[in-house]
Amino acid sequence: MEHSSPAGRVFRGVALTLILIFFMFPIVWIFLMSFQTNEQILRIPPRVLFEPTLANYEALISGQLRTAAGNLQISFMRNLFNSVVLSSAAVLLALLLGVPAAYAFARFKFRLGESIAFTLLSFRFAPPLLVLLPLSLYYQELGLNDTYFGIVWVYQLIALPLILWIVRGYFEDISPDIEHAYRLAGHSWREAFTRIAVPLAGPGIAAAGLLSFIFCWNNFVFALILASADKQPVTVGALAFVTASGIQYGQIAAAIVLSVTPTLLLALYAQRYLVEGLSLGAVKG
Amino acid sequence: MDMLELRGIDKVYRSRGKAPVHAVRALDMAVEKGEIVALLGSSGCGKTSTLRMIAGFEDVSAGSIALGGRRIHELPPARRKVAMAFEGYSLYPPLTVRENIAFALKSAQLSRAEVTRRVDEIARLVEIEDILDSYPRAISGGQQQRVSLARALVRDADLYLLDEPMGQLEPQLRAVLRGRIKSLLAERGMTAIFVTHDQTEASALADRIAVMEGGVLQQFASEKELKGRPANLFVASFIGEPPMNLLEAAVTRTDGGFRLSVGTDMAFDIGGAGLDGEAAKALAGTFQVRIGIRPQKIAVGTGDVRVKVVSNQWLGDQSHIAGDGGGRMLIAVTPGRVAARPGDIVPFALEPRHLHIFGSDGTCLRHAEVT
Repeated sequence: MEHSSPAGRVFRGVALTLILIFFMFPIVWIFLMSFQTNEQILRIPPRVLFEPTLANYEALISGQLRTAAGNLQISFMRNLFNSVVLSSAAVLLALLLGVPAAYAFARFKFRLGESIAFTLLSFRFAPPLLVLLPLSLYYQELGLNDTYFGIVWVYQLIALPLILWIVRGYFEDISPDIEHAYRLAGHSWREAFTRIAVPLAGPGIAAAGLLSFIFCWNNFVFALILASADKQPVTVGALAFVTASGIQYGQIAAAIVLSVTPTLLLALYAQRYLVEGLSLGAVKG
Repeated sequence: MDMLELRGIDKVYRSRGKAPVHAVRALDMAVEKGEIVALLGSSGCGKTSTLRMIAGFEDVSAGSIALGGRRIHELPPARRKVAMAFEGYSLYPPLTVRENIAFALKSAQLSRAEVTRRVDEIARLVEIEDILDSYPRAISGGQQQRVSLARALVRDADLYLLDEPMGQLEPQLRAVLRGRIKSLLAERGMTAIFVTHDQTEASALADRIAVMEGGVLQQFASEKELKGRPANLFVASFIGEPPMNLLEAAVTRTDGGFRLSVGTDMAFDIGGAGLDGEAAKALAGTFQVRIGIRPQKIAVGTGDVRVKVVSNQWLGDQSHIAGDGGGRMLIAVTPGRVAARPGDIVPFALEPRHLHIFGSDGTCLRHAEVT
């Protein structure tokens, strides 16, 4: 790589730029849109230069949506808060359940072990709509409809299989003899799990947690059906911008920017763990 | 007193959809306090399974293990008072070499100065003083192996289990470490079992060697005993370098003894006097036996077995001469150089008193005379 010709370097630069533009364009465009009024956005041809306005963000944060048809109450900040609560709680619960389960699947061979692991994975195969109808009926009966707990529970369908299967792979990569050595030195099985296995699989656990957080954050249908207005996350809340007097593109863009920011920051922060995770295989030397 | 006692140990690995694997069968073994024992055998013979059952990472399918009078096979590994060096090193990646070794002493609740002293001492012994502050991923396989060894030896345990403790080391260092470890173990009266597939290592380090094959303990004895009085055909062919020459022989009765004929050109008369009653009975009841003779016991240049030389290697202190005698390969080892080229006809002398005789089931009917 270091010995490439100048032409090669130029070509690589061009290719990288093209790819970057291709992937970044929608995000950049939405970022720009969030500082424009609806009129500016709908202008043809669109302009890159415009007078930026913070009106969209103001409307979102204050909860007052001014449209041609009058003032509308929106609860975007509430939705954002719901998203944070629901996704974090779901991931936390999935980690608590999934990491020990992943360890068990990685370390112990037991009856029906593979079948159980595969069944858990198969939750990801079924389209959510398939389970929604029976689920909402049961939820109504159980009184779980429109509760944080109920939604967090459903989110396990998303988070648990992901965490289980990713973390299992990381545990399998760690030589069991490292734990054996620790146990021989006078420590219990539980200590070997918490002090050796979990820290060594740390990068993997972080990666799995991050990934499932993003999946939970982006979920739409479960929350749409099972949650009413005050429990809805941003994905569902964004529907409020489709108003009687038209679609509020500016606010939608601002809402997207605000809702993407937490996951983006989390991903940037967790990046170093993800990179560390790649070097984990070098345990044996 | 027996420090470690294995009684009727069986290990069966069962996995769904596959035939169960019987890794260890009815293993009985007693190791004395302060003894160094080698488990020797080819890959998959059950030696590592045995070690791991003693350590407690594998359950015993049947049988019992006692260590220092305590029944340990039902205890968790932490309470068995056993130290182990793993074949895969298994160092803790986030800790430095020093911390890795000191970690093994953590539960012993020693003062910091004492821990440092012990770590330094063992590090000097296995020559890793200069990498004590490195991390496991930054050092070579051979160094990791020595750290792993140090981590086991630094502990106070009733029994030390070493799984291929020197497999990754270069020969010179291996020889040096062997001597040092042997004297450390002897000096402190430590009881140790190590797994190896290297005969030289087993002979150099161990007081007694347990030869295993197919999950069965074939013979548990000193190296001299294994070489001179192998219990069966497997031990006879497995121990010794180059391996024992083995030939099929037909048995016929003669006046007061037996004649063992190999093909038409070799025959050995075994006097009845040299046989005990059991062996004589067994020989009388069979027509076919295997006879074995150590390459070192074949004299070259005299005798009546004429062989065609296939190869003649001078190893610097001895000659290995492989020859074809009537379609059977014979290897002879002599201390001096022999002027024979491939294709030459050379006489070999095989004396009846040097023959080991094995029955059709592999058990030894008669050992060669010890000279």
